[in-house]
Amino acid sequence: MTTASPPAHATRHEPRRRRASGDTERGFSRVFRWITTGAGVLLLGVLAAVAAFLVARALPAFTASQAELLADGKLPAGVTSIAQYVGPLVFGTLLAAAMALAIATPIAMGIALFISHYAPRRIASGIGYVVDLLAAIPSVVFGLWGGRVLAPLIADFWVWLVGVLNVLPFVEFRATATGRSLATASIVLAVMILPIITAVSREVFLQTPKLHEEAALALGATRWEMIRTAVLPFGRSGVISAAMLGLGRALGETMAVLMILSTGLGYSLQIFGAGELTTIAANIASRFPEASGLAVNVLIATGLALFIITLAVNMAARAIVARRKDFSGAN
Amino acid sequence: MERHVKLSRFSRAGSAVMVGAVALSLAACGNTDPVASSTDEAADEPTVEISGEFSGAGASSQESAMEAWVAGFQSQYPDVTINYDAAGSGAGREQFLAGGVVFAGSDSALKDEEIASSTEVCGPDGAIDLPVYVSPIAVAFNLPGIDSLNLDPATIAGIFAGTITTWNDPAIAATNEGVELPATTITPVHRSDDSGTTKNFTEYVAATAPDVWTYEADGVWPLESGDSAEGTSGVVGVVTDTEGAVTYADASKVSELGTAAIKVGEEFVPISAEAAAAVVDASPLVEGRHEHDFAIKIDRTTTEPGAYPLVLVSYEVVCLNYTDEATGNFVKAFLGYIASEEGQEAAASAAGSSPITADTATQVQASIDAITVG
Repeated sequence: MTTASPPAHATRHEPRRRRASGDTERGFSRVFRWITTGAGVLLLGVLAAVAAFLVARALPAFTASQAELLADGKLPAGVTSIAQYVGPLVFGTLLAAAMALAIATPIAMGIALFISHYAPRRIASGIGYVVDLLAAIPSVVFGLWGGRVLAPLIADFWVWLVGVLNVLPFVEFRATATGRSLATASIVLAVMILPIITAVSREVFLQTPKLHEEAALALGATRWEMIRTAVLPFGRSGVISAAMLGLGRALGETMAVLMILSTGLGYSLQIFGAGELTTIAANIASRFPEASGLAVNVLIATGLALFIITLAVNMAARAIVARRKDFSGAN
Repeated sequence: MERHVKLSRFSRAGSAVMVGAVALSLAACGNTDPVASSTDEAADEPTVEISGEFSGAGASSQESAMEAWVAGFQSQYPDVTINYDAAGSGAGREQFLAGGVVFAGSDSALKDEEIASSTEVCGPDGAIDLPVYVSPIAVAFNLPGIDSLNLDPATIAGIFAGTITTWNDPAIAATNEGVELPATTITPVHRSDDSGTTKNFTEYVAATAPDVWTYEADGVWPLESGDSAEGTSGVVGVVTDTEGAVTYADASKVSELGTAAIKVGEEFVPISAEAAAAVVDASPLVEGRHEHDFAIKIDRTTTEPGAYPLVLVSYEVVCLNYTDEATGNFVKAFLGYIASEEGQEAAASAAGSSPITADTATQVQASIDAITVG
């Protein structure tokens, strides 16, 4: 439940005073501080090591001449430079993740609001438990389910949908008979990121100040109006950070995409077609086992691109949250 | 507020140690010796005692055969531990050439420059390729009620290139009189990963139907579009789930699907272990190699009666000389077992491969005998 936060100036000055006095930093307290500092430093060290690995191993791919790349880089047919390779991969990755996010976020908010404001307490905890359970399913199981169960089932629906969409002018979608398209992959990705968005959104919605909600109700608002005027504005930045957490998972998801999607390489919006698009992570997993020499460097260069995208997404999310934190309870 | 103050303090401390972390991660790149522990008695004894832990890496196509070989070999030499990392042919050759593993499994023979660099770990004679795993590749389809179709190379190429799009196409009907072909759309499914199966399949269609298949042989599917799946089980799964779908896959893994008999010379040869192994005998060796190197250039256009040229041949890559006694003795004994009738039978029942012919086995054994130790 909500607790009134202490005045800002007290929070700011307290740690400084405690350090200065010295008498609370003795014995195990001092050791524990080192342990926590060490844990924090370790995290940065790991991140630095990963970044250094990516840059060091990707560098040969950037410095290699075009002739070397074509000879040893195992570039796909028709691709002559790293940029031509990475571009469509980044496009496919972002498209898949964006579609997954577009499907998952509204549903997750619905579930979160149901749990926080509509469901009876017992049902709410039950649903919360089920959502958490969903998060524990390994991605390879989602991949198997998506590839062997969902794709054949949904294939006919996509074919029908494409038939309807193609009635529109200037639209020429293709649909595959196997259902192994980016649309199917995005649905499975959406299911996979649903739990994390739901869990974070639920916590944020639960923290809405009771006074705001009661004030809204006292002014004659219905339950929906109360949610619209009190809960959603308060939770907006929290939902955004939840969505960005989900986006991070969707961007990096490998197994599920690999097992569901008929991969291709290109800038295409044929989300129902086969062999049109792929994602960076799936492409690396698929190509790496048979890659050697420069081909490995090329793949790691695409991995570096994914690393940068993920960093950018997280920084953007932080910026959005930071800009709005004054109006909400997410910080 | 408090959280932000702490964060900035950590990141200042963090940037100071970043340099140290980078140095640490680079320092971890030490060279690894082959994981072999020698035994004292092994030297100069006629009947070699073999023990220790040995590592190989490479082609995933050999994985189930390798499991059978390891199990069979260990029943004779219980003190031996063999680790085979099915990391893929390219990775296996790379690890072998770096001295990380004592043998590699590979779906393609060593390239010339790899032979050249193999002198670093193998001594002046370098490394050799021994074809010990032959596996027929089936053209497998899902058409209810049809178990077998006669397809000539141009038709197979046309189906996978997307120029033949329905099962009742005249090109298919011409070679299948009396079979009631449905008007189902053909959905060709290829491997999305870089695989030896794809390489051998594309090599076959490129060699036998150059007019229709204008792409070069490659482990990565050369066409831009089309349905695909990861791994043999992946493509077989998709074809099983989709009526009218067709793929190429390891023959032992396509159980419920219909398979094509392919046109060789003037007759149609259905898939079989004997027909696949026969192609190895009918194919010439790669020229300009060491006398004990057994890299073959599979003759895809063979007209040999009863040969099935759509096969995957996988090699064991070994050194011609091992300075370490225990390692050398192990490699000779292990390869000898693999090439033996017993070893080939074990692979056939575990992985569905085609046992190599007696002719091939004799030549492989001669190469194994030429491996020197010490």
